[in-house]
Parts: sequence; structure tokens; C-alpha cells
Amino acid sequence: MAAASGGREEGGSMAALARLQERLSELREEYFLANRSIDEDRKIKYRAAVKIQSWFRGWRVRAYLRHLNAMVILIQKWWRGYRCRKHFRKMLEIQKRWRGYYVRKYIHNYYALKKYLQAVSVNNAFVRSELQEYVEMKENEEKMKDLEKKEKEKKYQARKMHYLLSTEQIAGIYNSPFRKSPDPMELLLRNSKPLSHRRKQVKSPFAYELYDWPTCKKPPAFVTALPLPPIGRQKPQGPFRDTAEVLWQRYKPLEPTLRVAESINSPLEKAREGIKREEWRNPIHDNEFLPFSSYHKNEDEKYEPSLCKSGKYVREAYGTKHFREVYPNKWIADKDFRTVVPSIFLFEKFGKTYSRAGQIV
Amino acid sequence: MWFLCLTYVLSRLQGSKKVPKCQCKGRSFPSVVSLLRPLLLDVVPSVRQTAALGLGRLADYNVDLAEAVVKAGILPQLVRSLPEENRYYKKTAAFVLRAIAKHSPQLAQAVVQSGALETLVICLEDFDPGVKEGACWAFDYIARHNPELSQAVVEAGAVPLLVLCIQEPEIALKRIAASTLSDISKHSPELAQTVVDAGAIAHLAQMIPNPDAKLKRQVLSALSQIAKHSVDLAELVVEAEIFPVVLTCLKDSDEYVKKNGATLIREIAKHSPELSQLIVNSGGVAAVIDCIGSCRGTVRLPGIMMLGYVAAHSENLSMAVIVSKGIPPLCACLIEEHEDHIKAAAAWALGQIGRHTAEHARHVAGANVLPTLLDIYVDTRSSEDLKMKAKKALKNILQKCTHLPALEPLLHDAPPSIMKHIIGQFSKVLPHDSKARRLFVTTGGLKKVQEIKADAGSLLQEYINAINNCYPEEIVRFYSPGYSEILLERVESYQPVL
Repeated sequence: MAAASGGREEGGSMAALARLQERLSELREEYFLANRSIDEDRKIKYRAAVKIQSWFRGWRVRAYLRHLNAMVILIQKWWRGYRCRKHFRKMLEIQKRWRGYYVRKYIHNYYALKKYLQAVSVNNAFVRSELQEYVEMKENEEKMKDLEKKEKEKKYQARKMHYLLSTEQIAGIYNSPFRKSPDPMELLLRNSKPLSHRRKQVKSPFAYELYDWPTCKKPPAFVTALPLPPIGRQKPQGPFRDTAEVLWQRYKPLEPTLRVAESINSPLEKAREGIKREEWRNPIHDNEFLPFSSYHKNEDEKYEPSLCKSGKYVREAYGTKHFREVYPNKWIADKDFRTVVPSIFLFEKFGKTYSRAGQIV
Repeated sequence: MWFLCLTYVLSRLQGSKKVPKCQCKGRSFPSVVSLLRPLLLDVVPSVRQTAALGLGRLADYNVDLAEAVVKAGILPQLVRSLPEENRYYKKTAAFVLRAIAKHSPQLAQAVVQSGALETLVICLEDFDPGVKEGACWAFDYIARHNPELSQAVVEAGAVPLLVLCIQEPEIALKRIAASTLSDISKHSPELAQTVVDAGAIAHLAQMIPNPDAKLKRQVLSALSQIAKHSVDLAELVVEAEIFPVVLTCLKDSDEYVKKNGATLIREIAKHSPELSQLIVNSGGVAAVIDCIGSCRGTVRLPGIMMLGYVAAHSENLSMAVIVSKGIPPLCACLIEEHEDHIKAAAAWALGQIGRHTAEHARHVAGANVLPTLLDIYVDTRSSEDLKMKAKKALKNILQKCTHLPALEPLLHDAPPSIMKHIIGQFSKVLPHDSKARRLFVTTGGLKKVQEIKADAGSLLQEYINAINNCYPEEIVRFYSPGYSEILLERVESYQPVL
């Protein structure tokens, strides 16, 4: 300001100087105030600048630290990954070997499979042989059955043609004199019993031949087959019923009604038991009554007389020595019967005419 | 009047089917039946019986006659009078019912609606085996048609009585009871379960060793119908200890016993690998293979399918089938049989055997099966089903087959769809095996490969390229078609150096 006023005209300079000196105290105040405000401003600005800079520097450092951190993390990541992978590879190696071993031993065991297949083929061979045996057995049975049937047929034929048997005088057709030995049929004929005329082929009511062979079990068949009539039997004259019918009727098995067959405590059973008890109770002694024909056979069995028959100390003559009571006072004469008429000559030859040879056992 | 009818009926009874045929023209059906109808109510029991027998024979002979009998309303009458009659009448009445029911489901339904089922159950409880047999037979023909009728039979309470009938000593009764159980259980698993709950399996299993062939047929058929529905039922059947007795049935002299035995084993094998394993362990596979070898025709079919099912479950089982010498009979079947469905089954079974690993495919290919399959696939006379099965089998086997000598013959006449698989296999094996490469060239395979025209970029072309890459340039060019012309052109254009 002084310079400015200095630069002006000299005339005005003294006036200006006076004016300035008037305003000096005000100027000092103004100057002071201006400086103070500037000072304060400056402080504020200074603080602000400091703040901004500190913040900025802090940010920069933090950014740098962050960057460093990230790098460190990256490196550590890589390093740890690498280490683990290395470790893992070793572990993997072990696990590989272990899993291979395990699978080969237990799950896809080649040798076990091989053994199993061998066992299967051995078993198959065994089964095949068994089945083959079974088939052969069946075939044998069939053959046996056929043979049996044929044999039966032949035997039946032989029985029918028994009259073709050769005799001492006349040779039969199967025993030709020009042959060295008789035909097998001849031998069959010799061994067979002759068939009588009226032989009916009675079929059993069950047509299940399977029961005959090979289980050898017959079902309970209802008997209608006629038993063989005795040889030399003639048809009885007269209006008699057919023998087969009669025998069928006579030998018809009991078909008890439901009531009868029902319970153990049925009255019939009780009655039967009652009878049995009575029979057991009643007899005088337990020995069975034997027919007299066996008297001579069992001479060691002594006859025990009953109390009624025994004499005082000895056996009574009655029953053994004589069977009749004898009244000698009633006799007319004291001589026995005499033969008056001579015996018939022919009757004495009875049974002695023919030789013993004729009697065939 | 009734004397005349009686003599008429009796004369009918003496005669055979010819009598009804000539005497019954279409118009006189109702009149014939209406003649017999009053005789059913006759006082004399033997007239009633002969009338019923006549009706039965008429109904048996012809469907229309049976329908006429139903329409004339005879059934309710017959059914009502049954319980009081003697056993001959019961037998004859059961015969009438079965003769009507056998023709069609509608007639069987009519029989059921007339209330016959309860009466037949009463007949089943009778003491006489002939009456029981007649009743069983009637039940059989009713239950045969469809599941609803079977259900009706079961609801009438027939099944426990049938199981009792099976235990009777008479063989004819056993046969019919087994056949009835078979027809009941064939429709659905619930019906089969009902039959099983009545305890039928044990008795049926006991009858397998019986010498009678017809009985065995029915018993095996019944067991297979039970076993076919589910794994549990099959396991129940197996627990009745049928193995190894069933294997003797496969050697029976009767064809149908063999067939039914093979069917039973097939039904058991198809459910699960464990059951198949059981069958293999008891030697069933060998028996079935022998059975296939000894039979001809449709009798073989169940055995072939059984081998296919067993081989399909796992590769070990498939190997077991191979080891039991299963492939030659199957191959023989393919060649010998005339029926398409049997050939298709054999082709399918071979495909199942060979599809597991290279080893299996080698065994299958070694039996010279592949050319046969190819012939069947290419043959114009084969049916669609047969062709499809042959193709699938070929594909399955070829995808695993690495045995090149077996693939050789197929190269020459395979159609393109098969060719791609063959070439694929070659392209897999040739890069690794030098001897095979040499063989491939000498047998003319390389030449053939060059001749194949394939679309660029297709799988076939890739395979061909892979094969060509196995060989030096000169060889490939040498064998490419038209090479001789190229050489000759070069000769022509060559200027000799003087």
C-alpha cells in the first residue's frame, strides 16, 4: 500500500500518508484480524490436509498390505495344494493297491471263479451220470416188465396146450425124435399144470397196473376172482347158482355201517367183550379141545382125566377100555357073534389089486 | 311215451358221436333237449340218470347243443336235484356241467350263475372217488377260461377240498385235481397265493417222483403256474425241495413231462440271480442242456428260454452255462429247427450268453454261431421278430468280440448295420496286435474294408480311417479299388527312357 501510494504523485503522497496514519489502528486491527482468520483457516486447512494425507497414506499401505496378503494366500494355497496332492498321490497309491487287492481277492476273485466253474462242471458230470443211470434203470424196468409179460403169455399158452405133451409111446410135436434135445416148449409143457376148460380171465377192478410193478404193492382189491375149482369136478346138475356168484357172496368183505364202525364204546363191542369174558370164565380148564386123531401123535402129553372120570386111585376103565356099560345078566347067550356067511372074496382084494407104482404122490 | 324217449335216449347212449350228428340238425336241437327234459324229472332213478347222461353227451359234442341245453333252463333243475341223488347221478350231472362249461366263458358263466358251484363243492365232499373226479373236472373247465371264473371257484371254497383230493390214492382223481389247481393258479398272483395257502405245494412236490406220466405232466404244470408269478412264490416252490428230483423228470420218456419240467425250471430261474444260482449249483443246467439235445420241436422251447434267463442274470452264471457245454445244442437248435419262434428264442439265448465280456463272446463265436445268426438275419423268409432278435443278438455279441478269426467270415457278406459293429471291433483290436494286422491283410480283409463305401463323418468312416491308419500308405493304396486301373494308366502314360 505504501508502495502503491509511493508510486503515485508526490503531492498526493502526503495526504495519502496522513490518511493511512489515521487508519493505522484500524489497519492493524484489520491486518491482525485478516491474519488471524487466515491463520485459523490455515490451521483448519492444515489439519484437513494432514487428515487427507494420513488417510491417503493409510489407504495406500492398506492396499499394499492387502495385496501382500493376497499374494501370501496364493502362495500358501499353491504350496499346500502341492503338498497335499503329493501326499494324496502317495495315499492314492496305497488305496489303489488296496482296492485292487480287495477286489481281486473277494469280489472278482479269478481263481475262485475258476474253481467254482470247475466245481460246476464236476457237479454237472455227476448229475449227468446219475440221470443216465436213472434212465437206464427205467429202461431195464421196462424191459423186465415186457419180458415178464412175455413169459406169462408163454406159460399161459403152455397151460392151454398141455395136451401136446409127449408121452412114453407117442412123441409130441415139440419133442421130435430127430432133435438132439427137446424143444424149450416141451420143457415148459412138462412143467406146467394143465388148464381146465372154464378158466375165465378175470380182470381186477383196478386197471392201474402201475401198482403191480415196480412198487410191488397191490391196492386193496375187492375179490371177485374165482379160485381154481378142484380137478375132476363136474358141473353140478340142477338149477344151482353160478359158483363164482356164490363164493362172491360168501366171501364178501364186511362193510359195516357208520353206526357200527363208529366208536369203541358201541353196544356191539361191549356185547362182544361180554361174551368173551363169559367164555373165558365158564370152561372147566384152559386146555383146548383137541380132535382124537392127534391122540396118538402126542403120546408124551399125558391125558389128564377130569375129577369125575378118575377112579379112586387109578384111572377108570370106562372111556378108555370100553365105552359101553356091560350088563352080563341081560345076555342071552354067553358066546360072541360068529360069522355064518363066508366073506366075499372080491372085497378082500380091495386095495391090493394094483401095484403101488400106480399110486403117484 | 316215456318208454319211447327212454329207448331213444338209450340208443343214443350206446352209440358214438355219429348218432347225435345225424339226428340233430339245426332245427331239432331244442326239440331234442325238450324231449330229454321231462325225463330228468322221472320217477325211476335210472331214467333220470340216463337222461342226464344223454344231455351230457349232447352238450359235449357241440357248442350249439350246449347253448340249447342252457337255454332250456335245465341247469337250475339239475343243480337243485343233485344233493339228494345217488352217486351215479351225481357223476352224470357233473359230466353235464363240465360238458357245457368247456366250450366258452359265457357258457361257463351261465353254469356258475345257476348255482352249480356250491353243489359241485358238495360233490367234492362225497366219498366216492368217481363223483369227486367228476366235480374236479367240472371245476377245471370252469376255472380255465378267465380270472373272474377262477375267483368264483375259489370263493365257493373248492381249493382246500381239491388239495384233499390230491392226496387220495386214485390216480385219475389226482390228475384231475392237479390240473384244476394248475388252471386256477395260472391267472393271477392272488389266486396262486390262495392255492399256496391251502398247502398245495408240499403235496404237489411229493407227487413228482410218481411213475405215472400224465400225473407228472399236471403236477409240473401246476407248480410252474404257481412259481411264475413272483419271486416269493418261486422261492416257496423251491423250498419244497423239488431239486434235484425235478431233474429226473427231464429224462422221462414222455415228451410233455420233459416240457413241463423245463417250464417249471424256467419259471423259477427267471426271477432272480439267486434262484438261478441255486439251479446251477444243483446241476439243473446240465440236465436242461441234455434235455434240449434229446428233444425236437416245441418241446425244446422252455429249456432254451431257461438257458437264456440264467445267462442273462450275471456273467458268472453265463460262464457256468458255457462251461456246462450249453452253446452247441443252442447252435444246433438254430440250424435244425423250422419254427421261427424257437429259432428266435435260441438266438436270444445266445445273445444273452455272449454279451457279457470278451471271453464269453469268444466262446460263443468259437462255436461258429455268428455266421448262422447272420444268415438268419439276412434271410428273407424269417419273420420280423426273428430278424430283430437275431440282429440284437449279433449286436450284443459283436460289441464284445475281440476274436478276429471269428469276425473274418462275417466281413464278406454283412449288411451295413452289422458291418459297422464288425469294423468297429477291428478298429479296436488292430492297432495293438501286429500279427492280427498281418493276418488281416493276407485274408483279404483289408481289401474288403477298402471296398466299403461309407458316408463321410459317419461312425463307419471313422472306423475305416482308424484301420487305414494302422497300415502304411502303400498297402492301403494297393488295396483300394481301382488301383490296378491307376497303375495301368501310369503304364500308358509312361515314356520309356531310351
